[in-house]
Amino acid sequence: MINGVGRYIPDNLKPFISSDNYQGIPRKQIPKKTKVENTQFVENISTIFELINIKSNMTLSFHHHLRNGDKVIQIVAEEIKNRNLLNMHIAPSSIFPSYTNLVDLIKNKNITNIHTNYLNGEVAKIISQGYLDGELIMNTHGGRAVVIESGELPIDVAFIACPVVDKNGNGHGAIGKSACGTLGYAISDLEYAKKVVLVTDTIVENLEEYQIDGKFVDYVVKIDSIGDSSGIVSGTTEVTKDPIGLKIAKDCANLLDYLGLIKNDFSMQTGAGKTSLAVVKFVNDLMVKKGIVGSFASGGITKAYVDMLESNLFKSLYDVQCFDLDAVLSYAKNKNHLAMSASEYGNPYEDNPICERLDFVILGATEIDLDFNVNVTTDSLGNLIGGSGGHADIAHGADVTIIISPLVKSRIPIIKEKVMTVTTPGSDVDILITERGIAINPRRVDLRQKLKDSNYPIFEINELLEMTHKITGVPRKIETDDKIIGYVQYRDGTFLDCLRKVKDEY
Amino acid sequence: MFRSLLFIPGNNPSMIQNADIFMADGIIFDLEDAVSISEKNNARNLIKHYLDNSSVLPKQVVLRVNSFGSEWFIKDLEILKTKKVNYLLVPKLDYESLNTISSFLSDYEEKEKLEETKIIALVETAKGITEMSLFAQNNRLMGVLLGAEDLTNDLEIKRTETSLEIFYARSQVIYFCRANNLIAIDTPYTDINNIDGLKTDCKYAYGLGMKAKAAIHPNQLEIINDIFSPTKEEIEWAKAIIKLSEENPEKGAFQYRGKMIDKPIIERAKKIIQKAEIFNLL
Repeated sequence: MINGVGRYIPDNLKPFISSDNYQGIPRKQIPKKTKVENTQFVENISTIFELINIKSNMTLSFHHHLRNGDKVIQIVAEEIKNRNLLNMHIAPSSIFPSYTNLVDLIKNKNITNIHTNYLNGEVAKIISQGYLDGELIMNTHGGRAVVIESGELPIDVAFIACPVVDKNGNGHGAIGKSACGTLGYAISDLEYAKKVVLVTDTIVENLEEYQIDGKFVDYVVKIDSIGDSSGIVSGTTEVTKDPIGLKIAKDCANLLDYLGLIKNDFSMQTGAGKTSLAVVKFVNDLMVKKGIVGSFASGGITKAYVDMLESNLFKSLYDVQCFDLDAVLSYAKNKNHLAMSASEYGNPYEDNPICERLDFVILGATEIDLDFNVNVTTDSLGNLIGGSGGHADIAHGADVTIIISPLVKSRIPIIKEKVMTVTTPGSDVDILITERGIAINPRRVDLRQKLKDSNYPIFEINELLEMTHKITGVPRKIETDDKIIGYVQYRDGTFLDCLRKVKDEY
Repeated sequence: MFRSLLFIPGNNPSMIQNADIFMADGIIFDLEDAVSISEKNNARNLIKHYLDNSSVLPKQVVLRVNSFGSEWFIKDLEILKTKKVNYLLVPKLDYESLNTISSFLSDYEEKEKLEETKIIALVETAKGITEMSLFAQNNRLMGVLLGAEDLTNDLEIKRTETSLEIFYARSQVIYFCRANNLIAIDTPYTDINNIDGLKTDCKYAYGLGMKAKAAIHPNQLEIINDIFSPTKEEIEWAKAIIKLSEENPEKGAFQYRGKMIDKPIIERAKKIIQKAEIFNLL
């Protein structure tokens, strides 16, 4: 059948209807884990496999707060390989390039199904080539919480990397030798997995404050190191120096100001890319100049936001993951730097999730089409290169969703007639800002009205496409293989798009 | 007329492709210092192809060619055949080289059936500075750009943050240009990351009488345009003066806010409004 964004979805899956279709549908929650009386401390992962009797066909989950430095998923993968378990289903909240030992496990059918919110690197490459025997389901951050709490994604064992654990099984992420900050993506796993294993390299007597509640924890495993600290932080903490990126960022900040969005008690979120960080800098400058104090910034938190909190430009930060060391340290010491779970962040069934309290968000795009649908999941050939993360969650939740991007990236136009993969429905995307002009979604009559007498270069999105084609020429049409390798699942649990194998000749 | 000219290296395709989107009043496509010897041909081909084919060009196109007498100069002139170049920026110009080049260009333009090419003199030697008064006879000339880096090399002195060492040269350019109705263009500020330094330098040069400034990075343009534009107060003042003058055509002089207004002041007001119109400030 054809879904609400015009994409084919097999009849056995719930099709996406609209981004607010969840309203009026009751929240479905399986019971949370019952209280664990005695958390057991064990010496190694192998023992855990014995104690829980982890066997083929089970579902194991992980979080990605240790990012490219994560060793836990690699150690568990090694154990799966040693035991030659087959048809395993893994559900890491993201898959990073360093998770290379998953490649052989996928090729050898030890791992056959994956739920994740984002993936790139070698694992993404071989899945794009069709090596995953089962299916890849790409969720949003909020949507992952939905499928876990509803029981649609039942987790047999959650392996939660945790920088510090105390003798009661409580855990904290912002201290210890592998500190990574908040552990927001692990909370649903903690509360709903059948068994919960904290994997740590530091055990202390007692934690006065903790994000991981020991009452849900069945086992704690202490290993030498859960993460390589050099890979834990993202490293993207520098403002762009690229003149095009700076122009887009400045235009974006000025447009926000023109629209009256930079005002007392406003709230915002951006990505952590270099151009997004430039937007944050320009917004910071505007706030200082005008004496404005915002309510909160949210999302993955970077030094830029930490500095704004410390300068009293924001009253608080809501942090689902720390992108750099400054954010980790801030979370550890500043009471106004608050952790949030992925569910509190983006689950549409939560009461007033953070994403719905945002005045505006600034997001990127790999592709955007004439219906304003955005792709951040695949490249224009269909290779998996990312995923929604929180993109679709905050695009829907925020009052104004702005995409910033140059019109041409690596000689490829970012505006397409139809995006290769729909990650975020166009109904949730309001403004596209490029170096040559701005397009406003026709649905946002209010924004068009506000900007109609401005000096901004406002175009229809098809005019920007024509402008781009004059520069680059018209790209040839890309064909996809018929084989479906997975699906993009929207935050409400419906299906937005199919992911197809990339043609061998590409 | 312009306030800002941005240098873009001729061998930087991504910058060239986006030349029209920056805030510069004109773009200087550079074939000289920014391009290494091994890249000269590629850069020339790239700019020619861009000017021939791009549907979106900068408001004004300036081409910095290699110096007359170099093996690349004549090849660089091939780009004039695109008919998209507004001004030729000729490096290390002095009286003799200006005349030689003008004569050469006349022959070239006749042969290639091109219109007369206007020149911006890049004056960056002591000889060029001292001979500037002789340039006035040349009707191709539309402006002078001071090149302080090469000039201080020629003088064997250091460039400093105070720029005291180029005060004489700046003054020469300003007075010569004003006397001959040409545009005086200030040397670029080379410390790209020093925003405060750029502001100070711009204000100083503008205060001396420079009418425009070259930039070596797009991030410098906003400040340059801001400082070299008439201010809101100046525009409002000019509007009021012109209105009063139009209302009192028979009066040679009149008072405005207690000050005597006569012909030179009215002319100045008209210039401010003209600039404001050109730079979309009204």
